[in-house]
Amino acid sequence: MSNAQIERQWTSRLRHRVVEKLPPDRLLPDTQPAYVASWIYVFGVTTMAALGIVILTGVILALDGPQWWHSSSLGHFVNSMHLWSVEIFFFAMVVHLWGKFSMAAWRGGRSLTWVTGAVTFLASILAGFTGYVSQTNFDSQWIATQAKDGINSTGGGAFFNVLNLGQMLMWHIVLLPLAALALTGLHVIMVRVKGVVPPFEDNAEVSA
Amino acid sequence: MAQGWGLGALINLDHYGHYIQWHVIQISVANLIVIILMVATFVAALFAPFPGRRNRKGTK
Repeated sequence: MSNAQIERQWTSRLRHRVVEKLPPDRLLPDTQPAYVASWIYVFGVTTMAALGIVILTGVILALDGPQWWHSSSLGHFVNSMHLWSVEIFFFAMVVHLWGKFSMAAWRGGRSLTWVTGAVTFLASILAGFTGYVSQTNFDSQWIATQAKDGINSTGGGAFFNVLNLGQMLMWHIVLLPLAALALTGLHVIMVRVKGVVPPFEDNAEVSA
Repeated sequence: MAQGWGLGALINLDHYGHYIQWHVIQISVANLIVIILMVATFVAALFAPFPGRRNRKGTK
């Protein structure tokens, strides 16, 4: 096979395109612009750290099941870790959102970065709601019976039945975590491709 | 269960929630506290000095 033929293969073309868009030194940079040295820039990575704990504790809960997390001390502890890491996750994500909104972080061709972040937020809210109804306790039963009226009023109850524990649990532990992780990955890749948005006074650099 | 532990919750949460109501707006005190903390964190993040910022040189 000649070099020209190799270069025409989809693997070669895809590799060249990926390396051109995201060279290794931009994917894992050693330094960041000076303006990144601000507390307002730490909440994105705080959100991801919390997401890591959410996934880890969720995996442990899935391994041992509801009887374990309802009845044992360690189960209570891991269940609490899952809850409080979610609290930190949303807390940090909302401050991150406010910070980026105040910076108009979609400037300089960063619209896809903004959109992937916003959709991740929506997927996370849905993951939180399905988590409420997956607890398998009186709290989740109460929340589900209240939520069904809201969902049914939209006509969506036929497809998304909050009283169906199996369906809600699958959404909570499979579909929505996959969506949140994939979107977070895409969001981070977009940040690396386009760089961290600079402050307004450096806007001329952004447009360049 | 928590009563059996030496380190129980710092705040006793074993009671019904408290709510604040203003016309059609109703919010639990717990949610209001979280929102206030988020706003305070946001403002602090904008103005609090970042460690080592002065020693940082230029951009990459």
